[in-house]
Amino acid sequence: MGGALFLERVSPVHRLAPEVKIAAVLLFTIIVVITPRTEFWAFGGYALLLAIVAVAARVPALWLAKRATIELPFVLLAIALPFAGQGERVDWLGLSLSLDGIHGAWNIFAKGTLGVVASLLLAATTTMRDLILGLDRLRCPAVFTQIATFMLRYLDVLADDARRMRIARLARGYDPRFLWQVKAFAVSVGALFLRAYERGERVYLAMVSRGYTGRLPRTSENRAPMSQWVTAAALPVATAGIALIAGLG
Amino acid sequence: METTAMHIANGIVDGPVSAVFAVLAVAALAFCVRKARNDLDERLAPMAGLVAAFIFAVQMLNFQVLPGVSGHLLGGTLAVILVGPWVGALCVSTVLIVQCLLFADGGLTALGLNITNMALLGTAAGYLLVAGLLRVLPRNAQGLAVTAFVASVVSVVVASQGFVFEYALGGTTELSLPWVSGTMALSHTLIGIGEGLIAATTVATVAKVRPDLVYALRRFRKPAPVVEAGVKA
Repeated sequence: MGGALFLERVSPVHRLAPEVKIAAVLLFTIIVVITPRTEFWAFGGYALLLAIVAVAARVPALWLAKRATIELPFVLLAIALPFAGQGERVDWLGLSLSLDGIHGAWNIFAKGTLGVVASLLLAATTTMRDLILGLDRLRCPAVFTQIATFMLRYLDVLADDARRMRIARLARGYDPRFLWQVKAFAVSVGALFLRAYERGERVYLAMVSRGYTGRLPRTSENRAPMSQWVTAAALPVATAGIALIAGLG
Repeated sequence: METTAMHIANGIVDGPVSAVFAVLAVAALAFCVRKARNDLDERLAPMAGLVAAFIFAVQMLNFQVLPGVSGHLLGGTLAVILVGPWVGALCVSTVLIVQCLLFADGGLTALGLNITNMALLGTAAGYLLVAGLLRVLPRNAQGLAVTAFVASVVSVVVASQGFVFEYALGGTTELSLPWVSGTMALSHTLIGIGEGLIAATTVATVAKVRPDLVYALRRFRKPAPVVEAGVKA
């Protein structure tokens, strides 16, 4: 799929089972979020941990930096906070800034960036299929993993459908590009829904004719061995260690 | 695909409040699954999967609003009108979870907040309005289009106010809440109007071609008389 972030590499991080990676990233993010925002150097430690994972996973820094721009709107919000915040104010270069706002801006920037980079590392080292499999093994309800599986499987098909409709429209000499021509866009969205829904019905019938009873058969029971859990636990354990030292210090 | 996130990131709302909303979202979604099974029974997984893929695909289609400014549909209200509130909420949640895990859009710890706002609050507001408006408006393509427009605007604004509520409970920086609320409401009204125009036209198109597929209209139709099995000569 076009937008997916998976990076084909050979690395120890890529080889880890998806469920241990998801658990590690989730724990890491939770610890980052509950760290008090004034523990500045703890965030430096977290960033260092992510850098080590990125090197081990052979994910280039530039690749990460480019994808991390997804959180740009929140960085803009963070920039606005020192001006909009309340409470005690400090003067800096002739500007009156709110101290609470500066801390808030730092909070959003640091926690947001660490979270995005951690998620990017997960997405870069795990294929879509494996992510769903990992969620399944973490006892995520089967309804969700099934819906997500179907969604990802047919996303490309629908995107291609949409592309073909656009090309057909262009081939007939109409290229709606402004707000007042939005009807053509909306009509093709409607057509896309009809195609998607009718395809869903066909897929369902095809599955029923092959013995589907509402549950998908389990294909593999290869759960992650203990050693992988221990390896992946290194990230949250180190993170918690930094948080504890920062909290005590 | 858009390169900027519109979903709440980590660190905007504090940990305890995020956790409360995560629990709330899980409970509400479990309820949605049960109700959605009533609508679709064992067809649930493939049909909801395709509708979720549709929402995702629609979000990838950009249209130009003004030269240099492009937007895309959010699709929540559209899904609610077409497939009903339960399946709609499930599909929007799936899209949000996948966007979070696969595209790093929205923080992992903010997933509960994002699902509460967009998949629960947004769809609930949208559907209640749809159900109410269709009692007074004509139940045809035009009536449905007006309904879709109003419901889209309200649903997007309500979802944005959900964020304001969460920020009031656990915002990490003191901000003047009326200011946050006003800014969010204003920007989301604009987004909602664009969303509403497209949702209205889309729903009208579907209602003309396959009115039997539109959940919001199906509710009001009398069940078809059961035909006795057997061949009539």
